[in-house]
Amino acid sequence: MHMADALISPEVGISFWALSVGGIAYSAKKLKDNMDDKLIPLMGVLGAFVFAAQMINFTIPGTGSSGHLGGSMLLSILLGPYAAFVVMASILTIQALFFADGGLLALGCNIWNLGFYTSFIAYPLIYKPLAKNGKNTFLATLLSSIIGLQLGAFSVVLQTYFSGISELPFKAFVMLMQPIHLAIGIVEGIVTTAIIRFAASVKPDILEGVYNLNNQNTTGSMKKVILMFLILTFVVGGFLSWFASSNPDGLEWSIEKVYGKPELPEKEGGILTKIKEIQEKFAILPDYTFKKVETKETPAQKEEEKYPNIDVGTTVSGVVGSIMVILLLMGTGFLIKAFKKRTV
Amino acid sequence: MKFDNEFFSLGYIDRLSYKETFIHNIDARVKLAISLVFIICVVSFPKYEVLSLIPFFIFPVVFLAVGEIPLNFVLKRIALVFPFVFFIAIFNPIFERKVAFYIFNIPATYGMLSFFSILIRFVLSVSMLILLVATTSFSGICYALKYFRVPEIFITQLLFLYRYIFVLSEEAMRMVRAKDMRSFGKKGTELKFYVKLAGTLLIRSILRAEKIYYAMLARGFKGIMPYRKKRIFEKKDFIFLIVSVLLLYVFRFFDVIKLIGRIFVRGL
Repeated sequence: MHMADALISPEVGISFWALSVGGIAYSAKKLKDNMDDKLIPLMGVLGAFVFAAQMINFTIPGTGSSGHLGGSMLLSILLGPYAAFVVMASILTIQALFFADGGLLALGCNIWNLGFYTSFIAYPLIYKPLAKNGKNTFLATLLSSIIGLQLGAFSVVLQTYFSGISELPFKAFVMLMQPIHLAIGIVEGIVTTAIIRFAASVKPDILEGVYNLNNQNTTGSMKKVILMFLILTFVVGGFLSWFASSNPDGLEWSIEKVYGKPELPEKEGGILTKIKEIQEKFAILPDYTFKKVETKETPAQKEEEKYPNIDVGTTVSGVVGSIMVILLLMGTGFLIKAFKKRTV
Repeated sequence: MKFDNEFFSLGYIDRLSYKETFIHNIDARVKLAISLVFIICVVSFPKYEVLSLIPFFIFPVVFLAVGEIPLNFVLKRIALVFPFVFFIAIFNPIFERKVAFYIFNIPATYGMLSFFSILIRFVLSVSMLILLVATTSFSGICYALKYFRVPEIFITQLLFLYRYIFVLSEEAMRMVRAKDMRSFGKKGTELKFYVKLAGTLLIRSILRAEKIYYAMLARGFKGIMPYRKKRIFEKKDFIFLIVSVLLLYVFRFFDVIKLIGRIFVRGL
């Protein structure tokens, strides 16, 4: 479920970059405030562990297909939310750089989808309260893995949808993503619990030491963090919508598809206008309300508005031009190579 | 043999990044910034745009040829991550069947246009990223990140992770091989074996982290990893930056393809 550069619009990519960089900066600050230096090599090595563990495949019981560990829940349990988020972000960065899994612009989306929800929502809100006294750890891990992955998968759908590059209908995409990630979440929960239990049964003292480091680093309430991220989300939402109104091919376009018009019809005067004024000041997406509105246009008009005009006359020179450019490109490549051989 | 392939390709990129060519010697900050701007330019085109994307291939081509990176390697990497994007993109021609224009009486629908647009975006962005990493050492990238004010802890984490990926992957590979030798076919890939394998690896990792920590303390570790010293911004970096930005600007805002095509058609 790694997002790819090809499927997102710059607005979505940049917004989620901002969110993820904010998350990393905040976590880094939190870690710095009360950090044991011991945590630094531990974070690095555990990141490498997740990386290596992801490379080993196992057979998923009952299906015969193979899967691998995701690791974000495991990291959250071992290292606490802040360190886990930073480690997950670093893993995704290396995956993007060295395996082209995801992309440079989509990296923000991926860090958000695969790191944020598990570390900052599922872990503090589900795992922590459920597994308070070391009881119910299996249930807690299972539930938080599932919820973390569900939120992540839904986030992928939203990002794809708001980018407007893919034609996949929202509903169909949701119906596709959520059940798959329910299964993945269950497997992830089981594997995470099993690995931690196995390690604890073989060397209980070692895991104790890790947990102690973790507790030391996660003092203070998570409420503030969640509040901060909510505010951040609103700010980014505002940024996104500002872009949307200035760039009709991305966001507006997808809204257009839903409503049939770029702007929603409005009534003059009255309380609605007032509300709209207030809403425009504070709203995440001022241009549109998420409400089904009847459109009066005929389908034919809709079609015409929806598609850009493509002039057939210029396509001939377009085709010729492309061929020329492709030849030029290949020529450049070969020339450089030939030149290099001669100089060597 | 998936495991071995992934492991070796990671090491292979690392080795490629230490070559000495013009592209390799360009400042990492310039390359990183240009790559990001390149990707933003590419993905910011309207969704039905196909032809305007083609000139952008000059960047991967130059990186490939000047940086002496094998084409096969890049193609293989692209193929590895191709399925997800293809799977999403294939729905476009299915859901959008309005005909945009005809080429020799073959109808081209808007769905097909956006399908090809996504594929070209994909190849451009992925190949650029692969080539960036293959022509820039990892410490260079980390230095660039530091320059762009990325938090210190994150960069330390990246450097650590990168170093220990090789160590722990090798360890994991040895364990997997030992297990494979003692099991036939699909046997040994069951969940319970995986858990024991991963659990053992986890314990070894934590123990290793402790040893590393003491070794670092002995060498004067104070919470921050030292890395490559400051690089001077040279004249060639500056020229590379200016030329790249100019090219990106022209490719993004002018219809280069039609311009060249028109000149050529008139010439005939």
